[in-house]
This record gives sequence, structure tokens and C-alpha cells, in this order.
Amino acid sequence: MKLDAKIPEGPIAEKWTQYRGSMNLVAPNNKRRLDVIVVGTGLAGASASATLAELGYNVKAFTFHDSPRRAHSIAAQGGINAAKNYQNDGDSVYRLFYDTVKGGDYRSREANVYRLAECSREIIDQAVAQGVPFARDYGGLLANRSFGGVQVSRTFYARGQTGQQLLLGAYQALSRQIAVGRVKMYNRHEMLDVVLVDGKARGIITRNLLTGKLERHAAHCVVLATGGYGNVFYLSTNAMGCNVSAAWRAVRKGALMANPCFTQIHPTCIPVFGDYQSKLTLMSESLRNDGRVWVPQKIEDSKAIKEGKKTALDIPEEERDYYLERRYPAFGNLVPRDVASRAAKIESDRGKGVVGTGLGVFLDFAAAIERYGKEAALSKGIENPDNETILSLGEDVIEQKYGNLFQMYEKITGENPYKQPMKIYPAVHYTMGGLWVDYNLETNVSGLFALGEANFSDHGANRLGASALMQGLADGYFVLPYTIGQFLSDEIRTSKISTDLPEFENAEKQTRERIEKIMSVKGNQSVESFHRRLGKIMWEYCGMSRNAEGLIKGRSLIRELREEFYKDVFVPGETNDYNPELEKATRVADFLEMGELMMIDALERNESCGGHFREEYQSEEGEAQRNDEDYTNVFAWEWDENEPRLNREDLSFEYVELKTRSYK
Amino acid sequence: MRLTLKIWRQKSTHSEGYFESYKVEASENMSFLEMLDVLNERLISEKKEPIAFEHDCREGICGTCSMAINGRPHGPQTGTTVCQLHMRAYKDGETIVIEPFRAKAFPVIKDLVVDRSSFDRIIQSGGYISVNTGQATDGNSTPIEKGQASEAFDSATCIGCGACVAACPNGSAMLFTSAKINHLEKMPQGKVEHTRRVVNMINQMDKEGFGKCSNVGACHVECPKEIPLSNIAAMNRYYFSAVFTKE
Repeated sequence: MKLDAKIPEGPIAEKWTQYRGSMNLVAPNNKRRLDVIVVGTGLAGASASATLAELGYNVKAFTFHDSPRRAHSIAAQGGINAAKNYQNDGDSVYRLFYDTVKGGDYRSREANVYRLAECSREIIDQAVAQGVPFARDYGGLLANRSFGGVQVSRTFYARGQTGQQLLLGAYQALSRQIAVGRVKMYNRHEMLDVVLVDGKARGIITRNLLTGKLERHAAHCVVLATGGYGNVFYLSTNAMGCNVSAAWRAVRKGALMANPCFTQIHPTCIPVFGDYQSKLTLMSESLRNDGRVWVPQKIEDSKAIKEGKKTALDIPEEERDYYLERRYPAFGNLVPRDVASRAAKIESDRGKGVVGTGLGVFLDFAAAIERYGKEAALSKGIENPDNETILSLGEDVIEQKYGNLFQMYEKITGENPYKQPMKIYPAVHYTMGGLWVDYNLETNVSGLFALGEANFSDHGANRLGASALMQGLADGYFVLPYTIGQFLSDEIRTSKISTDLPEFENAEKQTRERIEKIMSVKGNQSVESFHRRLGKIMWEYCGMSRNAEGLIKGRSLIRELREEFYKDVFVPGETNDYNPELEKATRVADFLEMGELMMIDALERNESCGGHFREEYQSEEGEAQRNDEDYTNVFAWEWDENEPRLNREDLSFEYVELKTRSYK
Repeated sequence: MRLTLKIWRQKSTHSEGYFESYKVEASENMSFLEMLDVLNERLISEKKEPIAFEHDCREGICGTCSMAINGRPHGPQTGTTVCQLHMRAYKDGETIVIEPFRAKAFPVIKDLVVDRSSFDRIIQSGGYISVNTGQATDGNSTPIEKGQASEAFDSATCIGCGACVAACPNGSAMLFTSAKINHLEKMPQGKVEHTRRVVNMINQMDKEGFGKCSNVGACHVECPKEIPLSNIAAMNRYYFSAVFTKE
């Protein structure tokens, strides 16, 4: 299949502006006659629904949650990047673009990333206008902090709840459109299929989660803003409900899944501690502004800590290994996520881990507390402050910056991070892969768009911190509302799409059969137990480091598990009723296919880049080794039960030099 | 630890509910919801219907989880949602009573699941600033005093879980509604529509069947985000002044 990314002509800094100025428009009287379905109400979905409705389109929005405000965007902690250069530290659109391309290990599309960097500035303005209570300095202006992989301060934040505040901004904008009837909101509706009519996406099949009833919804086009698939690993920082099903249903209808093996393992999460554990909790990357990552130099000390015979405080300064500062002096603790995660794995694998399972390192705030304490004492005019005063003042500063994170850590672990360093370990957090889209955010299926984490476009092989919020909102507020016009301007003569068409009837019938197939197994194992086993296979063979042998094995294990699922799964309850177990079952069934595709993708990509680390391809120092000759391209897969087919989109780098990523 | 759970079971909105007892074994590092997961896995293995409860992010921010434990929304700890509650808060041999959030405006859907869409409709009645995408001026064009922005945040931090309503003997949504009104009132951008917003949101709140406020204060105590009670006092003040301004 020939993949056309539809990148506009012209110099990169002018592409978007020129394109925007020359796009086809849809007149207001025609917008009123055009229907758009938006699935998902996270940052991308809510912002897109609100904006499309403001423009005059008829929007039908769908979420499986009880309210559009619950989407998992709400849990993003640290912040949102924008090239505002308010700090006068040399930031610019180009620099944000450059950092993102480099951070993604040169596996993203230049034109998309540049547009993202451009839109970043408008997002902040829009959010402020909506009343998002960003952190501010004493002069009343917006405050910034730093995130990994960059050397400027461009991250805007609202305490440790930036995602929540931005999502509520978008949710409120959406609510305003619901109130005036421009958006019809369907809560507790899960999309189970996309309907194509004459090759164009014209509707969806949903299940009403309260009644179990299957419903048909038609529109002139369909927008998927349905998030990532990190839960294929079972344990991740995603919410329990996050799933791949909407995107996967699109794949089953011919959409391409791009770079599925590019998953982000976030370095600072609370370590795994029990078999019954249901999810992992992230500790924001912003903590690495002030926290120092270390393990003991001596393996005996690590052992003593694991056994509870020693604590971090027993290890003197000179016997600690601040390994990120040692290995990457230029970026120190603020290296990108993939680099920090791998380094933590290496230290833990060497036996230097500091939690019972051996998988964990320290994140220490003692130095920051002391530094801030001294500064605060000085500004308060306290001369020769004693140690206690310094600590108490320093802890106050840390509390102001990260209070809710420290509190969350203490609630989960029962340990006080002001007094003892945190213990952290990498966990699955985000998926850079997703539905293949062109510059218009349209998939290869005409009229089917994908936004936010659900598409693959902007983060390459590794996403930088505070860039997910930026991308979700850029797509929803500032990109799709324009590019959707390219498709819809040709549809102004298309009358309302009828749900009585045979295509809808067929899709509904297939969906019903799929549900019945799962319900009728009546085996002995719970959905949850299959999901857990899938997660273990994924983490073992397609996790932080991968190799050919393991990926081949992983693939066959998943195929076996899938077979077992359809022979022995047990789903209690009724089909036509509120049934959370059935919801889980259809999602896990899709994960069982997606997982296999991830293995295949990781095996096919014979290089290490960003979050994809193939053990066969590394330097002597253990750094990832790319193969630009063969793999400067996007892998876009057509699903096939037996052998998925690979399509490639070649990437070209004209504005950023393709070179080995270094943070040393 | 061995525990006895008395859990509210109710098949659907209009069917009658009842308590059912379950014995469970839990470890103290489990979260409360993980303990319920373990129980549900057991029920499924016995081919029984698991207990329906809502949850999603499991880190205290999405506002989905909604159960009262021994009569207290989100359980015994302050500033915590159920998903953040861990079993180390309990002792071996204890009996724990688990019920859905109870309020007239939150009908039970099944077991511990309730319908909180009334909250969405309150926001739809005015809990926003009317600005279309693209209309904004530069983010730094209006300085906002740091303390004021921080106070706005203290109200904006509401997760919309409904614990305030469940805690209130009158089933009132005053804390929820006032938190949004105050968040937006504290921002210069939000002042423009303030008067209209106050009247419309309060009218919608009454229409949804929420009770009146009688200054009990339980809403603040049980609020997982510890939203201050002063929000309600301010809202009352705004309401009086808004009603007179309007007429």
C-alpha cells in the first residue's frame, strides 16, 4: 500500500500557515448539516468536540465513562510544554521542535512535530482564557519548570494536577456546547465497531453499558480520540479502563497500526509489590527537577537495604552512585525517559536494586531540601540557621512544589518521602505507536481521523515529558478543526447517513456475534486472569529490552493464550445488562491481538531506538544503536490473523540533522 | 488479615437492595479496591456475579470510585479517595460495611454504582467561561496575583466524585457547585459571566433534587480534595447579590 503523508510544500516554518490559509472551507450553513462522531472525551476528544461544535458542526460525542470528565488525561501530573520563551532562556518554536524530534530518536515526522511546536503557544493562551489556574510567580505571570530531555524551562503546570485542570477546561468548553445542543453527549457508551460505507467511515456501533443494547450511530465522518494501549501490559500507569478496542476495531476494518512496539516506560513509578496489584502509580517526572537518582555503590549495601538491615540514610554520601549524573553529566537527572528507565534497569539487574524484589532505585530529595532550606532562611533574614530550621523550611518549599505527589507516595507505600528517599522503578506509561495518520490526522481509511495518544504521529520512538498534553490539545483545538474541512468540504452534498444501510446492519450483527462468542465459552478462567498473563508475556518479551528469540517466543505464547481465551474464559452476568466483566472481556480479546502485533513489529525493527531497545543493537556502553540506513521509516501494519502485512512510510530529515542522540 | 465485609447488593435501580456478608483474606499492602478485586475473582471462580463498583484511575484523581465505608464516603482517612485507601488502615477480624454513595439525586444503578450525571448538568448550566477556541489573548496579558490563583486552584481541584453529597444529611451539592463558581470567580476571565453563572448553576442544582445546606460541614470533612467550606459561604453571598442585581 502506498502511504501518502500529504505533507504540504514549502519551508517547514511556513507549511502549516500556508496550508491553513489555502485549505478548503465549509460554509457555516453547510456545517450545520454535517455530522461528526467523536469517540473519547479526554484532552483530544473533548477539545475537538467543543471546537467542532463552536464552528457549527453537529457533534455526537461518546465515552464509556459515566461522565466526560473522567478520561485518563485527568491523571497527567507534571505539565504541558509550550515554546513561549517567557523565561527568556533561548526557547523557540524551532527548539521545541528540535528537542521533540531528537527526544523521539528521529523516528517522527518533521512537519507534524513542527506544527505541534507552533500550536503549543496557542494552547496556553486558550487554557488561560478558559480559567485554568496555572502556577504563577509573585508578579502574577505564568511560572515554568523543566522536564527531561531539554535544557530550557518551558513546562507550564498547575501543581501536580496539570492534566486535571486542562481536561476540566476542555470538559467545561464541551459542557457549554452540550448545553446549547451542538454536541449530543453519549455517556456510558462504548464503541465496538466502526462502520464503513463505500470505503468511508460513516458511523459506529456502540454498546449502551447500562442496558447492554447495541446501537447504530451515523455521521459524515468519525474521529477517534481513544487514547493509548499501555494496558496491554496489564500493569501500567494507565487507568483500569484504558484500552485499545476502538483503535483496534478500526484496524480490523483496514486502518493501519503504526509503530505499535514503541511504548514508553516511565522511569519514576512506585515499584511493584504484590501479585494482586492492579496498577502502577506514576510519580511525576517533574520530581527529577529536584530529586537525585541513586543506588549504593556496594552490592552488599543494596542487599542489606533489601533485607531491611540498612536504610538509605545509613549509606554515606561517598558510597552512593548517582549514576545518571555520572553517566550523563550534561543532562544529569533530567535525561529523557527511555534513557533514565534503561539505566535503572541496568543498575537493578546488577544487583544494586533497593526494594525487596530487587527492582527499584532511590529518588532522593535531601540535597534539594537542604538547598531550598538555606535559601529560604536567607530570604527570611535568619542568620546561621540550625539544621532543623533548614530542613523544616526546605520541606515547606518541596511541599509547595510537589505536595500532592509526596502525599500520594506516602498513602501508597506508608513511608514518608520527606525523611527517606522515594523508591522508584520504571513502568509502562504511554504508547507512541498508534493509528497511522497523515498530516491531516486522517487514517488511511477515508473519513476516519485519529487524535492524541491514539495516533502515532508526533513522538517518534520516545515521548518527552509534558508533551502528551500538548499533543492532545494541539490535535483537538488547533489541528483537526481545520484539517477535517479538507474531507468535509467534499461532503456538503452528502445527505444524512442512514443507519438502516446494510453496512450498519452487518456491523451490528458481527458485533453481536463477537459478544456471543465470548459469552458462550462459559469456561473456568476469569477475564482478569487472562489479562494478567498477557501482561506478563508482554513485559517479559516486549518490555524494557527485547531480543529476537524472546519476541518469537512471546508471539507464540500470545497466540496460545488467545486460543485458550476462546476455550476457557468465563464471563458472568448477562449480555443485555450492565456487565463490567463483559466490557473487560471484549477489551482483553482485542489486547490479545494487539499484543501479538507489537511482538511482530519489535522483531521486524532490527535496531534500537528510543523506547524500543533491542539487546542485539547496543554500543559498548549500553546505549541504543539506531540503524538509519534501513529504519528511518514508519512501520504501518495491516492486520491479518496469520501474517500481518508491513507498509513503510519513509521519513526524511531536512531541518534536523540525523545523528546519534547524546545526553552526555 | 481476615475480614468480614457487609456489602450492599442491588440488582438494578428499581429493585430492592440488601446487605450480603463475605469473608475475605487481605494483606495490609493491598489497596481497598484490590481487596474487592480479590473477592470478585473468587466470586467469578464460584460462578457467582461479582460486586459491581466503579473505579478507573486508581490514583485519586478521576473521581470515579464512589462507595461509603462504615458510613463514610471514601472511608476513614481524610483527603483520600477509596482507591487510595490501603488495608493497613484496618485490623484483623474487623467487619466493614460497604454501601454506595446515597443521595436522592444519585440513584443506584447496580450494587455500589450510582448515577452522578446530575453533576454534569450543573456544569452545563454555567460552569465554564464562554470563550471559543482561538479567541484567546496571550497567556501573560493578564497577571493574576499568585495567592488568588492558588485559591482558585484550591476550588478547582474538585474531582466531581460526589462524596460531599453522600456525606450531607440533606444530600446537598453546595460544596460541588460552589467550588466551580469560586474557581471561576477568582479568575479575571471568569468574572464576566459570574452573576448569570451563580443563578443558573444554583437553579440547576435545585432542579436536580439536591437538598438544602444547613451548615453541617460534613461535605468538607469527607471531601477527598479537602475543598474549604468557605466556598459555600461565598456562594451564598454571591447568590443574594446576584438575585438582587438581576431583578
